[in-house]
Amino acid sequence: MLRDMTLGQYYPGKSLLHRLDPRVKLRGALVFIISVFLFDSVIGFSVVTAFLLTGIILSGVPFRYMIKGIRPIIVILVFTGILNLFWTPGEPLWQYAFLKITRQGLINSGYMVVRLIYLVIGTSLMTLTTTPTRLTDGMETNLAWLNHFKVPVHEIAMMMSIALRFVPILLEETDKIMKAQMARGADFETGNFFKKAKNMIPLLVPLFVSAWRRASELAMAMEARCYRGGAGRTKMKPLNYNRTDVCAFLVLFLYLAGLIAIRIIV
Amino acid sequence: MSFIKAMKLVHEYIHRDDDGNVDHIEKALDGVDLDIEAGDFIAILGHNGSGKSTLAKHMNAILNPSGGTLLVNGMDTADERNVWDIRKSAGMVFQNPDNQIIAGMVEEDVAFGPENLGVPTEEIWKRVADSLAAVHMERFRAYSPNRLSGGQKQRVAIAGVLAMQPDCIVLDEPTAMLDPAGRADVIRTIFELNRTKGVTVILITHYMEEVVNADKVFVMDKGKIVMKGTPRDIFSQVEALQRYQLDVPQITMLAHELKQAGVRIPDGILTREELTEALCHLS
Repeated sequence: MLRDMTLGQYYPGKSLLHRLDPRVKLRGALVFIISVFLFDSVIGFSVVTAFLLTGIILSGVPFRYMIKGIRPIIVILVFTGILNLFWTPGEPLWQYAFLKITRQGLINSGYMVVRLIYLVIGTSLMTLTTTPTRLTDGMETNLAWLNHFKVPVHEIAMMMSIALRFVPILLEETDKIMKAQMARGADFETGNFFKKAKNMIPLLVPLFVSAWRRASELAMAMEARCYRGGAGRTKMKPLNYNRTDVCAFLVLFLYLAGLIAIRIIV
Repeated sequence: MSFIKAMKLVHEYIHRDDDGNVDHIEKALDGVDLDIEAGDFIAILGHNGSGKSTLAKHMNAILNPSGGTLLVNGMDTADERNVWDIRKSAGMVFQNPDNQIIAGMVEEDVAFGPENLGVPTEEIWKRVADSLAAVHMERFRAYSPNRLSGGQKQRVAIAGVLAMQPDCIVLDEPTAMLDPAGRADVIRTIFELNRTKGVTVILITHYMEEVVNADKVFVMDKGKIVMKGTPRDIFSQVEALQRYQLDVPQITMLAHELKQAGVRIPDGILTREELTEALCHLS
């Protein structure tokens, strides 16, 4: 399942969406999330769909990459669909014992499933077209106002980018330890849930020990290279808005305003 | 003027029991006197636990002396105000290549040091390009470090230090985790840096083959410097080296054995060519 997660995976490319400033894309994703919960009519729905489709085409990322992100949430989709289908009050279309399907429920459940799918595709569109470094950079500048509330924004961003760098290393290490323990007779496959969880101990303990050792070595290496927090740091790739970014902001604004208008009028 | 000067340098690791009382004190460095000239290629040899890594960490002010003084580029490492200037002046490369690469892209990792120093953006780009060229890794600048071999990662780490434009690079067993090809690559790179860019290099290792071309060799044992001299001086004392649990290079060992057996060849033979030469001159 971990391998199926599209979230946080980068698809290299040079499309318009790839070149956009990460701050624009972060705000864009936010606007899109809001818009997904804003529509309640067919017109609104069509606008959102058109917007998403344009984004997908502009990104140049193969469609199947985005579909991949939906697989892990299928259970949630089915669950939400069923809940909305049977538990929406209104005039029943079909009834059996305590189960009833209403017209409103049918519409609601359809919209809800579509909303969730759009949500996943929309956000993976952002992560697929932005490198993790640019993404954390974007978050760092976008959330700089949190510094006033003593939130260590730079440190959190640094932690995130380091975590992303070490994910493949730790996965590889897990695999290695697993094989080493299996060679000595450890069993990770049989037994019920609790037995399996218990059998994980010989895997987790060495993994944790090694992760701590890595962390302390990395901290030393960072200090040796004069790292002392965000103050006084310069950037190799600073974020600068250009004309395209301004246009994108304009498009986002019009999109959101349009959807609000549709919601009020229709 | 000497670049690094240690005077009676002492480092104690204090081991405490569960209640926080001092259990015993281990002297990792026990009165080290050292003098390193700028521009030299210095090798520090020693078996595990000889104190050589501890000494390296002192040169970068990661550790502070428990006693004695260490001057790096004239700055006292005991003075906290000097810490960042010392680290800028003496860069450090560690053993595990994975645990010292911070960014997810080669060029961004090389930029990490200059970014921390507050170097302006255009200058960072120039330094990154120059440093990657110096270690012959330009081709990989957009790669993820995870896709590089151990030797390549270690060269990226060296470029990362170079980009800070230090006067001196301290390498703490940079080849210990590498395969023979990667090891040769890294050693070739640091020799080249020393010869062409005049960077002072302090190589800490227990592979003696790596140090035959060094300007000066120090041998450490039990926290003390027990031998110092040119590689030729050091390698001619085969018995002493074995006493300090160091493996003498094969050729030197062979020459030594031949001499023991009565063949009349000179002391301190380091390379295969020298041995061939010496053997051919036997009448």
